[in-house]
Amino acid sequence: MPTITTIPMITATGILMDDFVWRAALAGLGVAAVAGPMGSFVVWRRLAYFGDTLSHSALLGVALGLLLGINLNLAVVVLCLGLALLLVMFERQRLLESNTLLGILSNSALSLGLVVLAFMETVRIDLMGYLFGDILAVTNADLAWIYGGGALTLAALAAIWRPLLAVTVHEELAQVEGVNVGATRLAFVLLMALVISVAMKIVGILLITAMLILPAAAARRFARNPEAMALLAAGLGMAAVMGGLGASLAWDLPAGPAIVLAASLIFAVTSLVPRGALAR
Amino acid sequence: MSEDKPYLALDGVSLAFGRRQVLENVSLKLHPGEIVTLIGPNGAGKTTLLRVALGLEKPDTGEVRLKPGLRLGYLPQRLKIDDTLPLTVRRFLSLAPQARRGGGEALGETGAGHTLDLPVQTLSGGELQRVLLARALMRDPDLLVLDEPVQGVDVAGQAEIFALIRRIRDTRRTAILLVSHDLHLVMAATDQVVCLNRHVCCSGHPEAVKRDPAYLALFGDAADAFALYAHHHDHTHDHGDGHPHG
Repeated sequence: MPTITTIPMITATGILMDDFVWRAALAGLGVAAVAGPMGSFVVWRRLAYFGDTLSHSALLGVALGLLLGINLNLAVVVLCLGLALLLVMFERQRLLESNTLLGILSNSALSLGLVVLAFMETVRIDLMGYLFGDILAVTNADLAWIYGGGALTLAALAAIWRPLLAVTVHEELAQVEGVNVGATRLAFVLLMALVISVAMKIVGILLITAMLILPAAAARRFARNPEAMALLAAGLGMAAVMGGLGASLAWDLPAGPAIVLAASLIFAVTSLVPRGALAR
Repeated sequence: MSEDKPYLALDGVSLAFGRRQVLENVSLKLHPGEIVTLIGPNGAGKTTLLRVALGLEKPDTGEVRLKPGLRLGYLPQRLKIDDTLPLTVRRFLSLAPQARRGGGEALGETGAGHTLDLPVQTLSGGELQRVLLARALMRDPDLLVLDEPVQGVDVAGQAEIFALIRRIRDTRRTAILLVSHDLHLVMAATDQVVCLNRHVCCSGHPEAVKRDPAYLALFGDAADAFALYAHHHDHTHDHGDGHPHG
C-alpha cells in the first residue's frame, strides 16, 4: 500500500532508519574520541588561540586545494602545518607577543580564505558547511578519513604521550632532562593539523576549538590524573555529539552549533557539581 | 680538585637580546665536587648564564664546553603548571626520564615527603622548591644547576636545603652551579662566588670576594648587613667598610 509509506518518514523511527543519520552519528563519535585527548593538551598547554588560528586557516587550505585540484583534506593538513611552522619561527625570533600574533594570523588567514574562494567563480562550494559543519552530509569516504586519520592521531598521541606531558609541565626542564622538545612540539602541531582536517566536516572550522576545549574543560573537575581527564573528555564529547545530533533532528537545528551547545550545556552542568563530590 | 677536567667551562660568553646586552665576555669553570654561586643584582644575567650553561640558550660569541655524557639536574626558577592539568607531586616526579632513584626517596631527602599525593598546583613556594630539587636529584646528576633554590623557603628550611646541597656535593662529588640572593647563606655554603653584572665583576673564594671593592660597590647595604652578620661569627670584618679586621 504505497499511500501510507510516505507518512512514517517524519517519525523518529523513520529518521533512525536513514543511513545519513547513522553516518552522522558515527562521524561525530569518531571526532569526539580524538578531540577529547587532543583537546586536553590544548587546554593544558593554553593553546586555545593557537587552535583557533590553525583551524581558521583551514578555509584557505580548502580554497587552495580547490584551486590546485588536490585532495582537500591533504591541502588542509599541509596548510595548517605550514602556518604552524611559520608561527613557531616567529615566536622563536620574539617578533611579537604571541596572542597578538595569533590574532593577526587567525583573522588574516580566514579573510584570505574567503577572498580566494570568492574569486573562484566557477567553483560552487557550501561555505556554511565549511564554516559551521555539515555532519548530515557525511559520506562513506568522509567516514573513512575520520576513522583513518583519527586512529592515526590517537596512536601517535599515545606514542608521544610521556614526552609531550613532560614538555607541557616544563619545557626547559624536559629539554635539560634529554627530551627532544623540538620534535615533540612539531609532532603535536602535526596532530593538531590532522585533527582539524578530521573535525572540519563535523563542526566546521569556526567551531573546532569549542569541540576541543569544552569536553576537556568539563572533564577537569572529575579527573585525578591526565589520562583520566583525556578519556573522560572523549566520553563527554561523545555525549555532546549524540545530544546535539538528537536535538538537531528533533527541532531541525543546525547540527554543528547544536553539538557545540550540547557540549556547553554539559560544561555548565558539571560546573554546578560541588567540588569534592566526585574527585577526592 | 682543580686537577680534574672541569665538567663545565664557559669561555668568553656574550649574549644580547635585541639591543640589550645581557652577558659580556663571561668565563667560568666548574669542577667535580665544586659549588659555584652566582650573585648579582636583578637583570644581571644570572638566569641567562645558567640557561647558556645548560644549552637552553646559544651565546652570540664565546664557547660553552660541557663534559660529554654528563647527567644534568636542573631546578628552574619558575614552574607554572596550568590549573586544568590534574597532576600530583608523585606523577610530576615520575615524568623525570632516566631516573635512578625513586621519587619518594628523593622527596624525603629534600624534606617534602608529605606532599607526595598533593596536586602540584596547591603547593606553597617552599614546598615547590623542595619538590623541584627532588626531581633534579632523582637523576643522580653529575652537574646540578639550581636557579634560586631557596626562593620562598622559610629561614630554617633555607639552612636545611643548603646543608643538603653541601651533603650532595660531599657524598657524590656533584658539581653545583647556583644562583642565590641570600648572601650570608651563600657565603657559608660556597667554594667560589661569581659576582655578575652582565660581566664578571669579581670572583673567587667567598672570603676574598666580600673584601672586593667591586662586590661592595654592587651590593652596598646588603654587603653591610652581611658583614655585620659575619662579624658575629668569625670576626673577619668590620662593619661593611671592606677593610679587613686587624
